[in-house]
Amino acid sequence: MPKKVLSIVATAYRATLEEQDDTVVWLMHALRGAGAPVDVLLRGNATNYAVKGQDASGLAFGERQQTQPPRVDQDVAKLAANGARVFLVEEDLAERGIERAELITGVESVARAALPTLLAGYDQVWHW
Amino acid sequence: MAARKILTFAIMDAPYESARSTTALRLIDLALRRGCDVNVFAYEGAVAVPFAKQQPHPNAVHGRSVEEEDHPNPKDWVGALMAEAKKRGLTFNWVQCGLCVDERGATEWIEGPRRGSPADFWKFVEASDNTLVIPTK
Repeated sequence: MPKKVLSIVATAYRATLEEQDDTVVWLMHALRGAGAPVDVLLRGNATNYAVKGQDASGLAFGERQQTQPPRVDQDVAKLAANGARVFLVEEDLAERGIERAELITGVESVARAALPTLLAGYDQVWHW
Repeated sequence: MAARKILTFAIMDAPYESARSTTALRLIDLALRRGCDVNVFAYEGAVAVPFAKQQPHPNAVHGRSVEEEDHPNPKDWVGALMAEAKKRGLTFNWVQCGLCVDERGATEWIEGPRRGSPADFWKFVEASDNTLVIPTK
């Protein structure tokens, strides 16, 4: 039985323009591709990753234009579509004024008070 | 005709670590577009921004080939800014902190930047209308 892992992402938009993705979300995709049953909890500023319709296009330096901007909302949605459970901390959403209707489909919100129970359901918890 | 403004930027972050690297280059791009001469003092990890051996790669998670991914390497962004300055007839100096380069073995960079020291930074500051420090955190 493979170990169940919950990956907590708190730091948001760190070098996402250069990487063209969030490196931790990317790593979760890669690990799931390798057979790891990894779920994701977005907390703090990273809850904004679940807001749909983000557009980071248009970056250019001189005549060098970025053609593949990061699409973090879509990357998170793909994680959920591929079977990962993606959790968001309810209070972190509320503190940032993020409404449920703004979120991509497939994500689950969880109250801060319920986090210990959620974390206890995993063999390992990785906080990035 | 008014003399061109001269702006100096001190940057510290390594590439692929922070949004600050991109923000710094965006500000430099804007300064050039507004006709300013620009000096950059790359300190600490920022000496890796124009590192010549950065390479684009395919991305299996994105499902794209190396060409489709069109991965941006900061060295190319620096090169594009230097080309933009040249096209506009502006001065664009980029000095790499020599000791920082030695510590990191980051001795190979694209054409344009040069090795220097904090003394060069101070010369930039003295000759500039203003200086913006974008520190690491």
